[in-house]
Amino acid sequence: MELHQKTIHEVSADLKAKKLSSVELTKAVMDHLEKVEPKVQAFITITRDEAFKQAAEADKRLATGKDITALTGVPVGIKDLLCTKGVRTTCGSRMLENFVPPYNATVVEKLYSVGAVSVGKTNMDEYAMGSSTETSFYKKTKNPWNLNCVPGGSSGGSAACVSADQAFASLGSDTGGSIRQPAALCGIVGLKPTYGRVSRYGLIAFASSLDQIGPFGKDVEDCAIMMQVISGHDSKDSTSADIPVPDYLGEMRKSVKGLKVGIPKEFFPDGLNKEVSEAVKKAIEELKKQGAEIHEVSLPASPYALAVYYVLAPSEASSNLARYDGVRYGLRVPGENIMEMYSKTRAAGFGPEVKRRIMLGTYALSSGYYDAYYLKALKVRRLIKQDYDKAFEKVDVIATPTAPNPAFRFGEKTGDPLTMYLEDIFTVSINITGLPGLSVPCGMSKTELPIGLQLIGKAFDEATLLRTAYAYEQATEWHKQKPSLKEA
Amino acid sequence: MALSEKDVQYVAKLARLEVTDQEVAKYTQQLANILEYVEQLNKLDTANVEPLTHPLDVKNVFREDKVQPSLTQQEVLSNGPEVQSGHFRVPKIM
Amino acid sequence: MEYEPVIGLEVHCELKTATKLFCGCRTTFGNEANTQVCPLCLGLPGTLPVMNQKAVEYAVKIGLALNCTIAKYSKMDRKNYYYPDLPKAYQISQYDKPLNYGGHLDIVTKEGTKRIGVTRAHLEEDAGKLVHAGGKAGRLDSSDYSLADYNRGGIPLVEIVSEPDLRSADEAYAYLTALKNILLYIDVSDCNMEEGSLRCDANVSIRPKGTEKFGTRTEIKNMNSFKFAKQAIEYEIKRQAALLDKGERVVQESRLWDVTENKTKTMRSKEEAHDYRYFPEPDLVPIILSEEYVQNIRKSLPELPSAKRARFVSQYGLSDYDGGVLTSEQVLADWFETGAKHTKNAKGLANWIMGDMAAKMKEQEKELKDLKFDQKKLCELVDLIEAGTINSKQAKEVFAEMFDLGVSPAEVVKSRGMAQVSDPKAIETAVDKVLAENPSVVADYKGGKQGVIGFLVGKVMQASQGKANPKLVNEILKKKLDA
Ligand SMILES: [Mg+2]
Ligand SMILES: [Zn+2]
Repeated sequence: MELHQKTIHEVSADLKAKKLSSVELTKAVMDHLEKVEPKVQAFITITRDEAFKQAAEADKRLATGKDITALTGVPVGIKDLLCTKGVRTTCGSRMLENFVPPYNATVVEKLYSVGAVSVGKTNMDEYAMGSSTETSFYKKTKNPWNLNCVPGGSSGGSAACVSADQAFASLGSDTGGSIRQPAALCGIVGLKPTYGRVSRYGLIAFASSLDQIGPFGKDVEDCAIMMQVISGHDSKDSTSADIPVPDYLGEMRKSVKGLKVGIPKEFFPDGLNKEVSEAVKKAIEELKKQGAEIHEVSLPASPYALAVYYVLAPSEASSNLARYDGVRYGLRVPGENIMEMYSKTRAAGFGPEVKRRIMLGTYALSSGYYDAYYLKALKVRRLIKQDYDKAFEKVDVIATPTAPNPAFRFGEKTGDPLTMYLEDIFTVSINITGLPGLSVPCGMSKTELPIGLQLIGKAFDEATLLRTAYAYEQATEWHKQKPSLKEA
Repeated sequence: MALSEKDVQYVAKLARLEVTDQEVAKYTQQLANILEYVEQLNKLDTANVEPLTHPLDVKNVFREDKVQPSLTQQEVLSNGPEVQSGHFRVPKIM
Repeated sequence: MEYEPVIGLEVHCELKTATKLFCGCRTTFGNEANTQVCPLCLGLPGTLPVMNQKAVEYAVKIGLALNCTIAKYSKMDRKNYYYPDLPKAYQISQYDKPLNYGGHLDIVTKEGTKRIGVTRAHLEEDAGKLVHAGGKAGRLDSSDYSLADYNRGGIPLVEIVSEPDLRSADEAYAYLTALKNILLYIDVSDCNMEEGSLRCDANVSIRPKGTEKFGTRTEIKNMNSFKFAKQAIEYEIKRQAALLDKGERVVQESRLWDVTENKTKTMRSKEEAHDYRYFPEPDLVPIILSEEYVQNIRKSLPELPSAKRARFVSQYGLSDYDGGVLTSEQVLADWFETGAKHTKNAKGLANWIMGDMAAKMKEQEKELKDLKFDQKKLCELVDLIEAGTINSKQAKEVFAEMFDLGVSPAEVVKSRGMAQVSDPKAIETAVDKVLAENPSVVADYKGGKQGVIGFLVGKVMQASQGKANPKLVNEILKKKLDA
């Protein structure tokens, strides 16, 4: 196996033992990254020079043998909505084409503080609005398993780069499924932590009460390694939870014997893709084989989650994206007066999907409609949460499909927004309730496209998700398969 | 609640988005579809349900009234599309 | 027709915290543009607000001082609108769950004390500052461009909204003065009007006297002087009355007070109606204050003006009016009370403070801290008069010298040999002399023109170079004339 194809837990021992330097490792990854990038197009900005500087620093640290973690000297990718000091951060939008933040996001600081190496900023749907990364102003990231298919979204670049071995791991963000769905479509592991587990400071907001940063890894263990670094309280984020972070790697290795796994019938509707449904059911069987108890649970309000999401997320977004007005940073299109400058700037800076959601959200919050849409959605949000609370009285973890289908082709769902929105049908309720969710590869379609199993946990119980996924992964081979990087 | 082109124009103005007639027509159609989908929420009785604003139950997060460094004026203005004598310049307001 | 004005006030008070409401930037006034700005102040993507503890404490103080209920559950909301002084294009404010609500403030009017309702006092962030430049620079409606400075953006404000209980510009003025006084007492704002730390909007309407229904109101925005507020309200009442008298309508709109032309002018109405799309701020969590927290703040409050006034009346035997004047500013009240420890004649002290001292301070534009003398010296003067050592005319001279030079009144009296003559024998001698020298006046008196006694008193005083005790002179003269 070539160096760039390994996992973090495979290379970190060599780094620690000084059998391998971070500069060597970074060179291997960077060379491969650049070689396959014309095919995958996972990055908006590649930070080659900075990466080698960071790698050299990491090597110094490794030489001292002090403050070493599994991530020290390891190349990772960062979604281009996480602010990086001195490195432009575009959020996939023309609006921020030349925006260079004067500060780092907390998660970026955390990665840097353990000596991780950033290879670049990954492509994404504009302002994280999309499920295919097709709304990016910059490029269309390809699914490494079939270059004619989408990688999922919005963190498509972060998922594709890990799948294509362009980075060992990456950070993404998940507002309605934007980590889990691309993880499923690209055949890797992705974790959306509990709301409040990871600081949002420096994450360019889409929908503040739903956004959460999380890791992509080639396997569960690498995800756990990333989680260990990025989790924890941050005084800069008022919604960050001040509760201890467990030892994820230790927890992960525990057995699932006696673990209660809930299967919600609402997540297996009649029309569900057969291959997806069978793969997920098989995965559940595997957990059962390992001693987990399987229980049916009901989440009756969860089918309404997508409707709730398409009120709450655009509403918050309409306000979060109001600051892009051409005054202090970002694009400015001149105008005769301020109103004209605003309207022209925003018309030119945002793409159609972003505009659509801004208008939808503005409408839902506007005078006379607030109660009917926004308030109503907040109430149904509570009903959905109550369902989960009840289910988690009975079970420890809930298993569902991650996405309703394997990866689809470019353009297949761009015609009708609602069709695209349905991609998030199984993932959004987790954002609405703030619960943690993880996607782990659990199968392959006949067309050789990956399928993901979604595991949903109790609030702040990422450890159980990692444990369940790890137990499953150890018994299967899905995570070991490598994508072809071919068109099909 | 039928959505009209006039609604879309109003909303676009509120959101400071210049839109062409063509776009208005397209957005009216698309937003109407999405809103129709959203209408399913009305099937649920929420008369006695409290709205849930935050997914998690956190309250009273305060910081001390302690001065932290600001950016330098140069840093503040570094991303500014148009700056003049230490300020951001904007076109006339009226 | 006779109209009754209906006025409600919204006062924005900048809190005197060291840092802004949601970040650690300084709140200093007058620094170079955009030097008190961090990524949050700039509305940079990814930044998040964190609430300043002190601002919450100060806001609760204001609520308690204005007799408000402190909310058991309060939250922040976003008020969405575009303006270049508002970096996020929303102001973090409070909408349906303000921190303080349902209070009142008592003001003194010609008709006596009047209670004005305080609807709410909520916490919010200030906007930045725009300088309108080019063209007719400085004027919003004729500038070519504007320049934005975000130093002030994010400074904590408490917006205090009154009920429409005020019925005249004078009452509005009294309300503003009383409110400012309280804010200074509880030490939450420096209330510096020139620096804009206290600003007010007035909602003004009129209705035919005796009717109940409110008329259409206009809002006069952003006045940073109580004098202007009073003038603007007066003007607006007249303007609206003239309209109604002509059979025209008042248009609901925002207006500005034009200082140079002394009139309110319509703010060229923004292109759209306001639709602020308030919704709960998802980046901040609710404020749920415990009873204990509120009680502790209540305990920390100083004696407020109304209570102090009542105490001054009972403790020092002052009139209600005098009590009001002396408690109108905390520094003045403190000055008086410190002084009252040094004399038994607190009322006399109060009279001097409100009379000659106030007049001279006004004339010389001096504040208490600029005075060259302290309370002890003024009390000395009061006691010298009380003891009859000097008369009131002399006292005025002594006071002037003390005021200008800071010298002790006793020393002035001594060095000038001013001590009042209260020896009846000496006065009798002087009286006899004057009577002998003015037989015709004496005859007039005896003939019934009793008023001439004043002339004789004057003569005696003149003869004694003003040192004679006038009360005694009067007595002795009367005795001799009536004998
Ligand atoms: Mg306000
Ligand atoms: Zn700041």
